Amino acid sequence: MPLTESDVTWVQEPKLGLLGQLYLPAIADGLMTTVGHMFKKKVTELYPEQEPKLPPNYRGVHRLNRDSEGRTKCVACYMCATACPAHCIDIVAAPAPEGWKDREKYPETFVIDELRCIYCGMCEEACPVDAIELTTLYDLTGLSREQMIFDKEKLLSVFDVTTKAGTDPVRTRSGELGPASEPPPAK
Amino acid sequence: MPTVYVNDKPVEIGTQKLNCVQAAELAGVEVPHYCYHPGLSVVASCRMCMVETGDLKDGKVTMIPKVFPGCQTPVKDGTVIVTGDYGKHDSKVPKLPYDPAYKPGERAKKSQADTLEGLLLNHPLDCPVCDKAGECKLQDYSYQYGRSESRLVDEKNTPPNKPHLSSKITLFTDRCILCTRCVRFTREISGTAELQVVGRGHHEEIDVFPGRPLENKLSGNVVDLCPVGALGSKDFLYTQRVWYLKNTDNVCPGCSTGCSIVTDTNKDIVYRLRARTNPDAQGYFMCDEGRWGYHYTRSTDRLTRPMAKVGGTWQPANWTQLLPKLKYAVDEAVLMSPKRVAVVLSPFLTVEEAYALGSGFKKMSDQVRLVLGPVPAVGEDDHYPKDVKGNPVQPTKFTIRAEKCPNRKGVAAVLTQLQGEVIPFESLVPEFGQLSALWFAGGYPNPEWVNDAVKAPHTPPALLVVQDFFPTKLSEAATYWLPATAAFEKEGTFVNHAGLVQTFARAAKPPVETRSELQLAFDLGNRRGLANVAAVRKDVAKAMPAFANLADVKLPTTGKRLELATV
Repeated sequence: MPLTESDVTWVQEPKLGLLGQLYLPAIADGLMTTVGHMFKKKVTELYPEQEPKLPPNYRGVHRLNRDSEGRTKCVACYMCATACPAHCIDIVAAPAPEGWKDREKYPETFVIDELRCIYCGMCEEACPVDAIELTTLYDLTGLSREQMIFDKEKLLSVFDVTTKAGTDPVRTRSGELGPASEPPPAK
Repeated sequence: MPTVYVNDKPVEIGTQKLNCVQAAELAGVEVPHYCYHPGLSVVASCRMCMVETGDLKDGKVTMIPKVFPGCQTPVKDGTVIVTGDYGKHDSKVPKLPYDPAYKPGERAKKSQADTLEGLLLNHPLDCPVCDKAGECKLQDYSYQYGRSESRLVDEKNTPPNKPHLSSKITLFTDRCILCTRCVRFTREISGTAELQVVGRGHHEEIDVFPGRPLENKLSGNVVDLCPVGALGSKDFLYTQRVWYLKNTDNVCPGCSTGCSIVTDTNKDIVYRLRARTNPDAQGYFMCDEGRWGYHYTRSTDRLTRPMAKVGGTWQPANWTQLLPKLKYAVDEAVLMSPKRVAVVLSPFLTVEEAYALGSGFKKMSDQVRLVLGPVPAVGEDDHYPKDVKGNPVQPTKFTIRAEKCPNRKGVAAVLTQLQGEVIPFESLVPEFGQLSALWFAGGYPNPEWVNDAVKAPHTPPALLVVQDFFPTKLSEAATYWLPATAAFEKEGTFVNHAGLVQTFARAAKPPVETRSELQLAFDLGNRRGLANVAAVRKDVAKAMPAFANLADVKLPTTGKRLELATV
């Protein structure tokens, strides 16, 4: 919709007085800010010796959560891969192994290309069973492209590392997000 | 003309015998249904197609004060149908003179919502892991007609799954809504009656007799028929989510019935074939052999690049070097003695390919012989339904043909047009030694069919070019062995056993180093550029009166029946 004349308010810069034209009050004002900072708490961090403390909703490296029995929670529904705007998630589904009574389907492979990922967190939002989460691990490095393609074992190991270190407690619990994540019926 | 009013819209039904669902479909109104299927008997058990009906007589509408299952209620002249979707009807259509107290569509809508709530009571919420999700009628209708929450306070029924139902099909018992389409299919179409409903009330389940699993040649159709994700094909189970699949209308190359199918592919890999409704070709169904018979295209034994025999061993060749050599060798053979050159066109080729190859060689010399490739026949035509003893029962509802190729009629028609006669492959086999060149355009999914036709090893012709998927007796003796393309990997036209012409589009790209038969015909016949199916189709239409309507590029997807006097 184009703007009309009535939508616009014209503002004129106020005219400088004698004091303003001297610039001295402005210089003093600026110096006050500088001097004030000399007595404030320092904000500079000595990275990498000193690591930053990130908020828990920081979107860093992904992890695949484990359930109480240590198996991957993922049911290979492809919701994350469907939601992913960067198409960086590749899943191969398979019938769940024999002993897994509570589910029929599990991911045979689960690969995320961390270089392709834009860390938007849509996968976490799409997951119906809270299996994928973004952690506060931010210093992601690798020596080759292949190293940055994380497979299922690597993503599960991120879970182990982050939960052991206590940096990223499991944020969500099965059943809280939606009925699809409801616990299996008691037999 | 008998007229039915669907949501106020008048529809002329002519002399057809229709029910409310079909009449509504004519008017462009969808009545939701699960158990009703046009190919099966009507049981009206799902109660989803509830409609309000009435009569328009002498300018007055009398509505029946209760809802009726639309699938079981026939319509006649003056029938008024009001569906649950009345609120969405076209307001430009003049309203019928209803009773002022009557609120159209309200009862039907309420009834459908109640039905859906009942169906969903015990339905597990495992859409994320269900293969049907995305094409599930239960999902669609509960989105349109249902409520978002369940009021059930008790625990859901969770009967155990039945993977033992069949070697090809598994049953997720808890997802079943007991529409009994699968049961009716095995009773009415295949006649084998393996499936049945056991139990009563909320304990009803689909099951088989112990030791009598669902094993018949049409069993895969129950997966297509299932409106929810209860019956799953083990072949497709968990391989893809359906919203990734690209659906292409295609024709099954499995036998000469030429079933209309939908080919579901993702990234040029075929994952699933489904039957497409085509009353002219096969009806609503397809056989298991065709449904699961696409795996040969993904076989590791399949030849995916051209090979040339150098010093008795196969060496991979590249097309840029191979093509001039091939063309030179063929040209020379034709020039020296055209009578000793033969071209075999297999019944797996499309009409366009056969025409382009055949006319290309005939242009080189009129004396080159065109031969119809081996026509595989396995057993006898298999008619369904069958009785308990396995004997076919009239009326026949589905036939699996013995002739295991899709286009014998089409290729034979092309041969008759180009040289006036169809030379069978058998008459050529004894002459192999005398030939100077033989071009074998094969594409046989089963190498045994070629081996059976060739029989004992003969002295091979001096130049033998074989285009085929798998090693055969013929390809072993060949000078050049070229990769072939499957029916899913090309555009073309097939003519089925009854002369029904069906065009189809390409569903997937062939392997990179593969050249289609049509492209090769272009390369050999000095037609420049990329193979153009539409151009060849126009040529065919011009040259052959029987195919005249092929020039009309926008053929209906269901195909046209041609009367081919030649075959």
